[in-house]
Amino acid sequence: MTKLQPVLSAHWDEKDSFTIEGYKRHGGYKAVTTALAMEPDAVIQMIKDSGLRGRGGAGFPTGSKWGFIPQGDNKDHYLVVNADESEPGTCKDMPLLLANPHSLIEGIIIGSYAIRANHAFIYLRGEVVHVFRRVQQAIEDAYKAGLLGKNIGGKGFDLELTLHAGAGAYICGEETALLDSLEGFRGQPRLRPPFPAIAGLYAKPTVVNNVESIASVPAIIANGIEWFQSLGTEKSKGFTLYSLSGHVENPGQFEAPLGITLREILELSGGVRKGHHLKFWTPGGSSTPIFTAEHLDVPLDYEGVSAAGSMLGTKALQIFDETTCVVRAALRWSEFYKHESCGKCTPCREGTWWLVQMLHDLEAGKGTEADLEKLLDLCDNIAGRSFCALADGAVAPIISSLKYFRSEYLEHQRNGGCPFDPVASTNFSVVNS
Amino acid sequence: MSATDFTTEQIAIMDKIISRYPRSRSAVMPLLHYVQSIDGFVSPRGIEKIAEILELATAEVTAVSSFYTQYLTKPVGEYHVGVCINTLCAVMGGDAIYDSVSDHLGIGNHETTKDGKVSLERIECNAACDYAPVVMVNWEFYDNQTPQSVNDLVDAARAGNPPAPTRGPNKLRTWKENSAVLAGLDDGLANEGISAGEASLRGLKIAKDSK
Amino acid sequence: MTPELLTEVEMITVVIDGFEVTVPKGTLVIRAAEKLGIQIPRFCDHPLLSPAGACRQCLVDIEINGRAFPKPQASCTIPVENNMIVKTQLSSPVADKAQKGVMELLLINHPLDCPVCDKGGECPLQNQAMSNGRPESRYEGVKRTFDKPVSISSQVLLDRERCVLCARCTRFSDEIAGDPFITLNERGALQQVGIYENDPFESYYSGNTVQICPVGALTGASYRFRSRPFDLISVDSACEHCASGCAMRTDIRRGKTLRRLAGEDALVNEEWNCDKGRWAFKYLAARERVTSPMIRGEDGELHEASWPQAIAAAANGLKGKRAGVLVGGRATLEDAYGYSKFARVALGTNDIDFRSRPHSDEETSFIAGVAAYSTTTYKDIDKADHVVLLGFEPEDESPIVFLRIFKQVKKRGLLVTSDAPYASRGSVKLKAKLVSTISEVSGLTEKSVVILGERLAETTGALSAAVELAEKAGAKIAWIPRRAGERGAIESGAIANLLPGGRPITDIAARVDIQSAWSVSSLPITPGRSTSEILSALALGSDNVSALDAVVIGGVDPMDISNQGLSQLLNTFVVSLEISHSAVTAIADVVLPVAAVVEKSGTFLDWQGSPRAFEKGITEALNRSDVRILSMIAEEIGSPIELPTVAATRREIEALGKWDGAKAEFTKVSLASKSASGDKLTLSSWRQLLDLGTLQAGEANLAGTARTAVAHISANRAASLGVSEGQNVRISSDLGSIILPVAISKMSDESIWVPRNSQGSQVIANLGFVGGQVTVVKA
Repeated sequence: MTKLQPVLSAHWDEKDSFTIEGYKRHGGYKAVTTALAMEPDAVIQMIKDSGLRGRGGAGFPTGSKWGFIPQGDNKDHYLVVNADESEPGTCKDMPLLLANPHSLIEGIIIGSYAIRANHAFIYLRGEVVHVFRRVQQAIEDAYKAGLLGKNIGGKGFDLELTLHAGAGAYICGEETALLDSLEGFRGQPRLRPPFPAIAGLYAKPTVVNNVESIASVPAIIANGIEWFQSLGTEKSKGFTLYSLSGHVENPGQFEAPLGITLREILELSGGVRKGHHLKFWTPGGSSTPIFTAEHLDVPLDYEGVSAAGSMLGTKALQIFDETTCVVRAALRWSEFYKHESCGKCTPCREGTWWLVQMLHDLEAGKGTEADLEKLLDLCDNIAGRSFCALADGAVAPIISSLKYFRSEYLEHQRNGGCPFDPVASTNFSVVNS
Repeated sequence: MSATDFTTEQIAIMDKIISRYPRSRSAVMPLLHYVQSIDGFVSPRGIEKIAEILELATAEVTAVSSFYTQYLTKPVGEYHVGVCINTLCAVMGGDAIYDSVSDHLGIGNHETTKDGKVSLERIECNAACDYAPVVMVNWEFYDNQTPQSVNDLVDAARAGNPPAPTRGPNKLRTWKENSAVLAGLDDGLANEGISAGEASLRGLKIAKDSK
Repeated sequence: MTPELLTEVEMITVVIDGFEVTVPKGTLVIRAAEKLGIQIPRFCDHPLLSPAGACRQCLVDIEINGRAFPKPQASCTIPVENNMIVKTQLSSPVADKAQKGVMELLLINHPLDCPVCDKGGECPLQNQAMSNGRPESRYEGVKRTFDKPVSISSQVLLDRERCVLCARCTRFSDEIAGDPFITLNERGALQQVGIYENDPFESYYSGNTVQICPVGALTGASYRFRSRPFDLISVDSACEHCASGCAMRTDIRRGKTLRRLAGEDALVNEEWNCDKGRWAFKYLAARERVTSPMIRGEDGELHEASWPQAIAAAANGLKGKRAGVLVGGRATLEDAYGYSKFARVALGTNDIDFRSRPHSDEETSFIAGVAAYSTTTYKDIDKADHVVLLGFEPEDESPIVFLRIFKQVKKRGLLVTSDAPYASRGSVKLKAKLVSTISEVSGLTEKSVVILGERLAETTGALSAAVELAEKAGAKIAWIPRRAGERGAIESGAIANLLPGGRPITDIAARVDIQSAWSVSSLPITPGRSTSEILSALALGSDNVSALDAVVIGGVDPMDISNQGLSQLLNTFVVSLEISHSAVTAIADVVLPVAAVVEKSGTFLDWQGSPRAFEKGITEALNRSDVRILSMIAEEIGSPIELPTVAATRREIEALGKWDGAKAEFTKVSLASKSASGDKLTLSSWRQLLDLGTLQAGEANLAGTARTAVAHISANRAASLGVSEGQNVRISSDLGSIILPVAISKMSDESIWVPRNSQGSQVIANLGFVGGQVTVVKA
């Protein structure tokens, strides 16, 4: 008996899983009928009661987010789906949208109905053209089927859905930066308050949800709260997509109840690549402090990962074996954050610039032990000092790697450079040697 | 130069793009994608036209276009090759791929071959880590690449016969054609290609097998 | 915040570093701290800009109701709350470390080129690095470099290496001026301020960005590398360029003005000014100064003379003659008062006028009946439900008035209506509803403000119609002339039908007031004449009973009134009080040098009627104020006016006070109907802010940012003329023509608009009028 629980991914192996016919074949869009027969507030209450929490990283309860939207305020409301998936290691929303875009659209219809939004947006990162095609086709087919547009299902509910392509900016995954971007500005985070629930898109009450969160909604409506709550752990209910990548025999998407451990996923999937062993891994993308083999049994739910000193994040399990230089990994992630820093605030903009230079020197064996103290102090001057959480993410791999692999940093100095063979860590190293 | 030399048809498309949004300014990004699909980059005439029709200052348009990495200040190749060099892909072989293809083509980051066919870019995580190392061509997925496979890919592209993307349409479209898709212009190819790659199906297969 | 508003808001008490302070709800922590004298370092924060929270320099620890924020917060973004406890760098080691950390980060990529930087010595980065930074940087890496400096306009230079990306300049340009021509570009460590390459930073307000830049990233071309702040003497001054009334600061070194900055006045210009006010001060050096009194000799040439000789010559030429007085709209209140009293007492005439621009009898009556008593202020604009602009283009003609209206448009969507003939840039920014005649204006209440510009005098009946419109709704009326001295001139009685203090010339009690104040037994009773009538009378020839034989002219260019103005002066006795040699001094019989604004003390009344007093800036100057010279001539004539100094003049004006008796009646006339005749178009024009104005002489960098002269016509008209955007048309009257490229605008097919006094478009000189029927053809 496996712990895996394919829900969103249950039919991805069907040739036409992304079509409206393929989706309807397995009960797709029935949840819309159910939801439209309910009062909007009852839908919100149901999602609240289900315990669904945001799957984009922060884990905020989805139903509560919906409940923050002021009702009867005579203002336009908006639902915006964050499909900007860009956190390094994160690769769940893109395959989901490629194979099953209608689950998202169905979730959007239900969510919009609940929060009384008549216009919803999908903000899709721009670097995935075929995903764009699939989602756009799905939207068009949903319009044709009367699931979008005027008087949906004859219930008097109107909904427009607009697909919007980003253009390459990690920061637009931050919800207020996303909103500014969607309004046609530079994607830089906004001051909060006001929060999007009060003044979001076009300064109107807005819910911003991750793709997976919204796509999970139809299943909850269709199968009920009890079913959903039977999955997962006490405070982390339901199923989710875990993305396994890196030095493993079989990388890929693993849909399972929250709380599964990496050990279990590795056992199911065939483990770390043959002849090697686990060195470090990220539980939820590069912004979550790294773990090591000692964390194999940490329950991968919001509380479990947090208690062990990291974050569940996007459940992006990036696995690195002993051939990988942790300093190189930290440097490369730092270069990413430097590249993606929006530039608005000083600690992030200047701090990531400096971090990269320090890590470059350390990797080249030019750093001293005193430099490690300076590096940590610099991290302290960046984390918690910046405008948004990007900079907190930027220092996470550095601080955590220093925590577990301090001696490896110093080894670079003793060695006069990186002691690792980069070829050994490639997945074609076997072919080459 | 006056910004009037887009065709009437192109201007009608721009108006249609604007009509998708409750407020016109939101159309800046798709309009920039659209300009790239015509001119191959964010051209001055494109900036001026967008500013004119959205009633913005030209500086406001450049402020936006220069923020996002997909908007380019000079034309790229017909086939724009992005090699993921974020940590995981880099470690898994992305660095080796980049070095190899850069050598092979004799061009560096953000450079284009003399024949205008292929350009190269070091890109960040493209949400396909379970297919590392990943290469994107015109923002289509080329999964599980090696230095040799990418060299072959660019050679074929230069010969006008690029292989199809791993998870994408049956035939690779040009960079300009794909830019039009991002502007929201339907090219009718959504139904081409597979539903999901092997890695995407891994968990599903294991779950089914164990039943 | 003004006291009257203060009483309406809830007050909040917070504890900052152990001290309690009570401030209005909504006050930001950083400003509450200021009230206690606690200076939290900052860069992006600016009290008049929306909070950004970008630089992170002002981090402090905050606790509310016993719950502490887990990390330090930007005090520039957080409003005070009850039960809030704030610990700044003074009492929180965490906040102190956070601030030092941010400062270190701000400096890693800063070039530290303070010794060659204009900002050195008055630089918030330099100062706060000393007060809130680490003694030494730990940065050993490579600094970011950029090409520098970059000209982002002919007037403003950008050094991106020095920039700390606080976004004050970009926020100002967007939020305050509505000119988002500079923006933040690129991102991350490469984020930088910039323009779109083909469109320079040509905002009328660009200089403010230089002033509020907290580092030396933005500098003005005219001051660059000129001086060190500690070598400058700063004096408070008032702007002489328009009636907006900006408080200014003038920085002087060794008797020379090196730069001017916007001063602070919350009720007027807040902390802003326009580029003309900031940078147009080289006019003194641009033309040859009159340095000594001069008398025209038998040889027809001007010769230097002593003051007593020149005063005597002037007095001899004026005494017993039929003489008039023309005083330009740029005189100070005190000088205008001097001219007014001189005309009445020394020359015994009411032939005095300050209007060196097109004017009408209707306007004369309007001035005495309405404008002289207007109490409308900026605050009324702040509170208005509707602002109507008639014959008035605020961005060009009173730029701070524009900023105030724009602020309310931006803040609360204030409704604006304008009679501009085309959608001017200012109208677009104000989202103004355009009307073609006054009768189309609707939606006025007693909370509305109707602003009348001096150009309404150019259309018969327009002032009457405008006043009637406002009166009907009970709306407030503001009359906003272009020049800085006009309101003061009115209140000084430098116009035929008014005595000082707004006293109607025909009112017996008013006359008695003035007679006793001036200790004279009588005042002239013959009705006085306007500028154009005075000029005509000067050309009549001495045999004519209505003729004038002599004229005293102070700072007037007759060509501003008509292209024949100068020729009318040729055969009369002219006493010219002037700063620099001009067309008038070239024909004057006696030339008397006077002090420029910066060399004297004085007062301007802004359009609200509020005094903007200033003291002498350049103390080395020996030049005399007009009033003092007039006093000497009057003495010599034998009818003294007893105004030996500006101070004495101020005392006399103050003692006299304002008129509280019956006002003069504004005699309304009916509106002339517009009639386009045949193929002709109706020309209208106004002066753009930056143009060929005399006071802008000598500042090429400023002139470089002026808007290019174009003729606005409708698309239909362009089609019928066979021209497209940018192609030239010839605009002709009976007297001459101008050739301009066209700009196609939404406007009447029968209208054409051109700038009044710009390069290539000097309407009075070229066409002989400021508005009327013209022939337009493709050129």
